[in-house]
Amino acid sequence: MPSLATLLRLAALLVLLAFFLQPAWFEPLLRPLVQANAPAIYDRGNLFWLTMLHLRTVFVATLAAALVAVSLAILVTREAGAEFLPLSRSLVNIGQTFPPVAVLALAVPIFGFGEKPTLIALFLYGLLPIFENALTGLTTLPPAVMEAARGAGMTERQRLFKIELPLALPVILTGIRLSVVISLATATIGSTVAARTLGEVIIAGLQSNNLAFVLQGGLIVAVLAVLIHDALQGLERALAGRAHV
Amino acid sequence: MIEFDQITKHYGDTEVVSDVSLTVEPHTITVVVGTSGSGKTTLIRMVNRLVEPTSGVIRIDGEDNRSIPAFELRRRIGYAIQGHGLFPHRTVAQNIATVPILLGWGKARVKAKVEELLTLFQLDPSFFAERYPHELSGGQQQRVGVARALAAEPNLLLMDEPFGALDPIIRAKAQDDLLAIQKHFGTTIILVTHDMEEAFHLADRIAVMDKGEVLQYANPAEMLVRPATPFVEALIGASERPFRLLAIERAGDAVEPGAAEGTPIPASLSQRDALSQLLWSGRPALPVAAADGAILGKVSLEGLVKRAARPR
Repeated sequence: MPSLATLLRLAALLVLLAFFLQPAWFEPLLRPLVQANAPAIYDRGNLFWLTMLHLRTVFVATLAAALVAVSLAILVTREAGAEFLPLSRSLVNIGQTFPPVAVLALAVPIFGFGEKPTLIALFLYGLLPIFENALTGLTTLPPAVMEAARGAGMTERQRLFKIELPLALPVILTGIRLSVVISLATATIGSTVAARTLGEVIIAGLQSNNLAFVLQGGLIVAVLAVLIHDALQGLERALAGRAHV
Repeated sequence: MIEFDQITKHYGDTEVVSDVSLTVEPHTITVVVGTSGSGKTTLIRMVNRLVEPTSGVIRIDGEDNRSIPAFELRRRIGYAIQGHGLFPHRTVAQNIATVPILLGWGKARVKAKVEELLTLFQLDPSFFAERYPHELSGGQQQRVGVARALAAEPNLLLMDEPFGALDPIIRAKAQDDLLAIQKHFGTTIILVTHDMEEAFHLADRIAVMDKGEVLQYANPAEMLVRPATPFVEALIGASERPFRLLAIERAGDAVEPGAAEGTPIPASLSQRDALSQLLWSGRPALPVAAADGAILGKVSLEGLVKRAARPR
């Protein structure tokens, strides 16, 4: 018997799919939010297609951030790379403190309008949570386990891939989850520089004073964020449960 | 044979091991005892090169232990530690198979070895092989830890306070198991502990360490009779001496001719435990039985009291 929370998530997913397939069903709900004659359902593009582009942007940016952040965390937790720890911490911190809007503004003159500046902004913004979590995961492994791995005659590479990464994986995934959720919301501002994301819907609503558009764009992003967050959390639990760490 | 040749280890300005030279005979149990900070753990960690000495050489069967890469050396030497250090994300069978798999053994050979060891440690393979470490009790985890250390059939086993985290009853059982296993495989064992009782129970030879130095390296009886320094004497515990002397030898070695009334004592029991049974039963003597139940003779209070006295 699935729990109430699971049923609610399933319901949210079904409503979202219904909205993509039969947006007309929802028109009566959104109609009161718009002035007479204005469209209640976004009509300047396919919402499903926009959602896919939005997800693609988030996926590519997070994947790149995860690869770089985890590699960096592995590097600075090796004996040879320890001296780079403060430097990489500062770099990653700057990535997080620099506002994505400012990154967009700076990136547009170099890369032009479109998806690239958004990817860069999301990539930089997503580094910190993944890096910090990977660092925590890799530096808080049980000392007796590490000692046993060394004593058994595992090489440094074997220890990393057979022991350290599997044990740190749940914590690393937590970082990736945080990063994904932040990026899902932040990606909307990419549409200010002509990236195809759900931000388009929100911006169109703001420009034409159409509250229904703003609500649609916002809700789709919010539902996606909740569903993806929960799915990743489930994955973490499954992994941690097996490893019991 | 393991030879420590003038081993010294500095950490910065502090000398944790100073100029230690001693030889461990093959197929024996050598116990290194000392208080915490005496350098005993550092000393054995230098054998499998988890720590590198500042100066000096350790030779295993005549060969400098730096003549092969450290990871290869470690695969040849069993290593069991306090708190077992089992890999939490791997099953019992996978944990035990760690070193055999690193050495590239075939699947069938690994499986057979895992089952042999689990059976030897009284853990039913069909039940335990697929368990995860967190599903085991402390005593079972510790046994799996020792089984893992023995999996690649090492000639040498290093044990760093392997029983430190066990409660007294399980600890005594684990010590007896270790003695049986040492007999079974003939493994040379170097064991570190701060527990004198454990040292006297297990050791063929004991090395007492204090402030990085080996104060005395001798067999238990000799250490009891002629402690090298007041520190060694204090560590043994002056009031414990006669009982420790009795604890080293078996009841079978104190058999006198003649008959006695009462429940027979097994010949394999320590003389200390025999004395305890005599005192508790209130009898002056008890019969001694061999493993097959045959009566060998008797042990008497008088005989044991003589044996407990300081040898001259």
